[in-house]
Order: sequence, then structure tokens, then C-alpha cells
Amino acid sequence: MLTYLRKRIISSAVPLLVVIVGVFALARMTGNPAALYLPLNATEAMREDFAIRNGLDQPIWVQMAQYFGGVLRFDFGSSMRTGESAADMALRAFPATLQLAGTTMVIAIVLAVIVGSAAALKPNGILDRFCSFLSMTAASIPDFWLAIVGIWVFAITLGWVPTSGVMGMAAWVLPVATLVMRPFGTLVQVVRGAMVSSLSEPYIKLARSKGATEYRVVGAHALRNAAAPGLTVAGDLTVGLVNGAVVVETIFGWPGIGKLMIDSILQRDFAVLQACVLLTAVAIFILNILIDVGYALLDPRVRPSAGAHKRRKARSEFRGQSNGPSTPSAPTANNPAAAVLDA
Amino acid sequence: MTQIQDKPLAAGRKAKTAGRLGRPSMFSMLLRDKFATVAAALLGVVILIAIFGPALMGELATKQNLMFMNKPPFDPANGWAYVLGSDSLGRSMLARLVVATQTTLLVAVPAVLVALIIGSLWGVWAGYHRGRRENISMRIADIIMSFPSLLLAVVVLFVFSPSAANIVLILAITRIPIYMRTARAESAELQSRTFVDAARTFGTKPNSIILRHVIPVVTPTLLTLATLEFCFVMLAESSLSFLGIGIQPPDVSWGLMVAQGRQYLQTAWWLSILPGLAIVITAVAANVLAAWMRIATDPAQRWRLTLDKQTKKSLTAVIKDAK
Repeated sequence: MLTYLRKRIISSAVPLLVVIVGVFALARMTGNPAALYLPLNATEAMREDFAIRNGLDQPIWVQMAQYFGGVLRFDFGSSMRTGESAADMALRAFPATLQLAGTTMVIAIVLAVIVGSAAALKPNGILDRFCSFLSMTAASIPDFWLAIVGIWVFAITLGWVPTSGVMGMAAWVLPVATLVMRPFGTLVQVVRGAMVSSLSEPYIKLARSKGATEYRVVGAHALRNAAAPGLTVAGDLTVGLVNGAVVVETIFGWPGIGKLMIDSILQRDFAVLQACVLLTAVAIFILNILIDVGYALLDPRVRPSAGAHKRRKARSEFRGQSNGPSTPSAPTANNPAAAVLDA
Repeated sequence: MTQIQDKPLAAGRKAKTAGRLGRPSMFSMLLRDKFATVAAALLGVVILIAIFGPALMGELATKQNLMFMNKPPFDPANGWAYVLGSDSLGRSMLARLVVATQTTLLVAVPAVLVALIIGSLWGVWAGYHRGRRENISMRIADIIMSFPSLLLAVVVLFVFSPSAANIVLILAITRIPIYMRTARAESAELQSRTFVDAARTFGTKPNSIILRHVIPVVTPTLLTLATLEFCFVMLAESSLSFLGIGIQPPDVSWGLMVAQGRQYLQTAWWLSILPGLAIVITAVAANVLAAWMRIATDPAQRWRLTLDKQTKKSLTAVIKDAK
């Protein structure tokens, strides 16, 4: 596990560094913030003073060195807009995004597993066709449009929920419902495909023939093997949400990291932008590790610690027999065993 | 296992020899799937509108008529030009939607093509050679993927001019890794196959192996991916335009129309809803077509689309029995 973690950190460090340097340079390419923060009739002296106060008069590599020096001391600079610490602002906004992303993904995964499994029971049946059409539509609706329609129907016309804000449970309904659509639509298709192929595997036949209930066959035996591709896609979708659902957060006035990021981009608030990028990058790094751990829990073949040893063992056994689909870690070996134990 | 697979194959062969079909054309396979036919027809109409529409209705789209401010749609009294209503300046919604179709497609299609070509070639090359070239390429893909694309869009908007070409560039760059990853995975698997080995043994140069043996095999997968990506890129362009960092007025795209109509939502709902519907319909059509392509280009599943209804029914029965 430790070797795995070390490898992970090393392979992620370089892209992370490039991204931070890139954001640093690109942010400064968007223009001089002095024009935004000083009054229109500001004198040349005022502009210079502003640049010196914010360290913008230095060459860019000096600024970058200062920034990285600060990061090593956990000093991420302060906002030009409010004077507050950039790290505090990013950390304050992040929980709102995480809560939104977490709620959305849990609902999307649960719904997608139910709908996707139901559709996979009879491939090309009426229910299957209806579900695929439903999921494709859900994945194709632009979120900003859905948000607007939702506000128009449920907030303005019917008055059931507030148009924006985070106060009370009702305020969660529209943002979550808007965000759920795309992950739900994408996941249904993935779950359905994986379930169709795992339901046609021999171990399912074994589970059925020894008399397991249909519920158990689908819910336990097939689902576990179908979960791996779903996990990959769900992970990618969660990464997208953790990065900040910019559009939805903007429309609903949700004080999350996406809204903070777009605001700081538009306001040339460099320190806050960099803090946001760094924070989401670290969060996504942790998320990816969690996904890998989830993989290992689902599928013994990819457990990193035991991997090398098992592979070697499997290979030697493979050489021993001429017909080798029954290596100890072969895909179908685990579940039939479990199925027999059930009986 | 072999028995299960052999039965439908044998039946399929019989059906083929019985009918007039040898290897069916893509077109006849398309006609077999009603959903896909409708989707393809819809996309065809959208493309035709994008090509010829603005020439026919361009003038109407910019003509302001203060007598016809915010007219609701589907009111025959207003004449055919206002059949989809009019906006706050009395411009015809129908004409504006038609013009926006062209802008939207002119951004989405080139962006998909550029990303498809660069991403696939790069990915296939990296996957074929493995080793260091593969590692470096995949790290670059990681970097692009983890870069905030919004920032990129804002930079281009402020530093360069906010033209459609620049938006195409941003969307293409940010979507290249998707094709790279898929192409790399496929080609890494292919390069260990016997037929590639055989070509290598005969001394074929890597570039021509890639061109003649690897690319033809990965093309169907990548084309299917591109159809799905078209949907994504169109939504991304709409989102950027909606946030004010995409297409800029006086140009008009579907996403921008939704954004502009937002403030009139209570008095003139059609200003936002109609362009949104246009996005949804086009995106769903692209999705349905991609799903069909996935089946049509997969040799293991293609038989579903090559048979007429009667044989299909008996075949499904055969498979069920085998199970």
C-alpha cells in the first residue's frame, strides 16, 4: 500500500506542478487587475502603488518564486478583493461544493443502478428501450437550461422552492435535481451495458441453477462484477462535480468552489484562483486514490499490494495446465464459489 | 460456450444466404433501427438548416420590428415569420434560431474534428510504441484534463479576440485527451496481436503499420466516440456562451439565446425554452446515432441490424433456448 501511495504521489506531482505554474502564468495573461480595482480616474502614481502593494511590479518568475515559497509555508496569499486569506476563502467555499457533489452522486448512483439493472433484465425489451431513451435524454439536457426551466416552473410559477440560496432543505431540491441528470443518464447506460454482459456469464447460470432468488442473482452476483466500469465512470463524473459545477452554482447562487473560481477569474483575484485550483487538485488526487481502493475492494485481481505476487503465481499455474481459464484470480472464479456457498 | 455462439451464427448465415444480403451496407443497417433512422434524419435536417438557412433567413434574423415585440409563438395571426414568436426587439425567433444553428455547428463540428484527428493519431502513435513515448503522452493528457478549461476560455477571450475560431481551439484542446486515452488503449492492445507482429516481421515501418493495420481497426470506436463528443462539445459551447465567455453578440448561438432570454423568463418564456429545446433535440439525436454506431461497427453485435424481423425473432428464440 505504501509503495502504491508513493508511486501515486510521484506520478501526480508533475502534472499538478505544471497545472499550478500554468494557472499562475495564464491568470496573469488575462490583464492587469489595477484597471478593475482602481477608480477610472486613478493617477499613474496610484497604479504603480497598487502594483507594488500586490507584488505585480516584479518579473513573473520572481512572483512565481515568491508564491511557491509561500505555499511551502502554507501561505497562499490574500484576496485582492476582500483582503482575506485566499486559503480561508477556498476552504470556506469547498464544503458547499462537496455537499452538493456528494448528494448528487449518491442519488445518481442509486437511481442508475436500479434503472440500469431493470433495463438489463430484458435487453431490447420495451423497458430497456424506454430506459435508454430516458437516460440519453437525461445526459443530453444542458444543465443551465434545465436550471432555468426549473426555476421558471417550480420557483416562480408554483413557488414551491426558493430560486437561489442554501437556506433549508427546499433550496437543495433544484440544484441537486439539475446536477443529477447528466451523471444519472451516463451511469444508466454504463450499468446497463455491464449488467447485460455479466448476466450472460456462466456464474450467473450457476447461481440460478442452484436456486438463488432472482433478486440475489441480479443484486449480488451480477452487480458486483458489473460495478467496476460503473465505478470508473462515476469517479470521472464526481471529479467533474468536485471541480465545481460552475454553471449551476452561478445560477442558484450556491457559494461553492465553482462560483468562487469563476468570480476570481473574472475579478483577476489571482491568489484566490490559485488557492481554488490547488485545493480541487488535492481533493481530486485523494478522490482518485479512493476510487482505486474501491476497485481493489470490488475486484481482487487489481489489488496493488498482492498484485505482483498473484500475477506470478497465476502465470506459473497457467504454464502448468494446457487449458488455463481457471487461474485462481480469473474473473469467474470468485463468484461461483460464493454462489455454491450460498446454497 | 462454443455451442451457444455457433447456433445463432449458423442461423444468421442461413438467413443471409436466403436473403439478398451479402455484407449489408451501413445504410440498410440504419434503416433497420427506427430510432437511429429518425435521429439521422433529424441531424441531417439540422445540418441542412445550418448550411442553407442563414442565406435564406439571415436578413430576417436582424430585422427589428417594434410592432412585433415579444409575440408568443404558434399564433397564426402574426404570419409565418413569427410562427415561433419574436424577441424583445421584435426579431423573428425562427430566423434567429436558424442563424444560431449555423454558429453552433460551426463551433462544434470543427472542434470535434480537430480533437478527433490530433487525439487519435497521437494516442495510436503512443500506444503503438509503448514505453517512454506512451508515458510522456499520457502525462500530457493528464495535465490537459486537470486544467480548468474555464480559465483557458477566459484567457483566450481577454488576450486574443473572442472569435468562434478561438472557442473551437479551446474546445478542441480540452477534448484531445479523451481520444488520446481511448486510441492509446486500443492500439496498445492491437500492437501485441499476431497480424501486427506479422507485418513487423516483414519489415514494415512503424508508421505504415499504424496507418494500414492499427488505424482501420480503431476507427469505428473513435468515430462513435466523436459522435458522443459532438453532443458534449455542443453543450460546452452553450455553457461558455451562457456564462458570457463564449460566442459574443451580435453573433448568436443557441446557448447565447438561452442566456439572453433568461431575464424575460416570466414574460416571454419562449426566448429561453425554444433554443434550449433545439440543443436537447440535437444532442439526443447525436446520442441515439452514437448508440446505433456502436452496434453497427461491432462485428459481434452487427447481426442484430442485418436481419429482418422474422429471422430476428427466431434467432432470439434460439439464443434463449441455448441459454
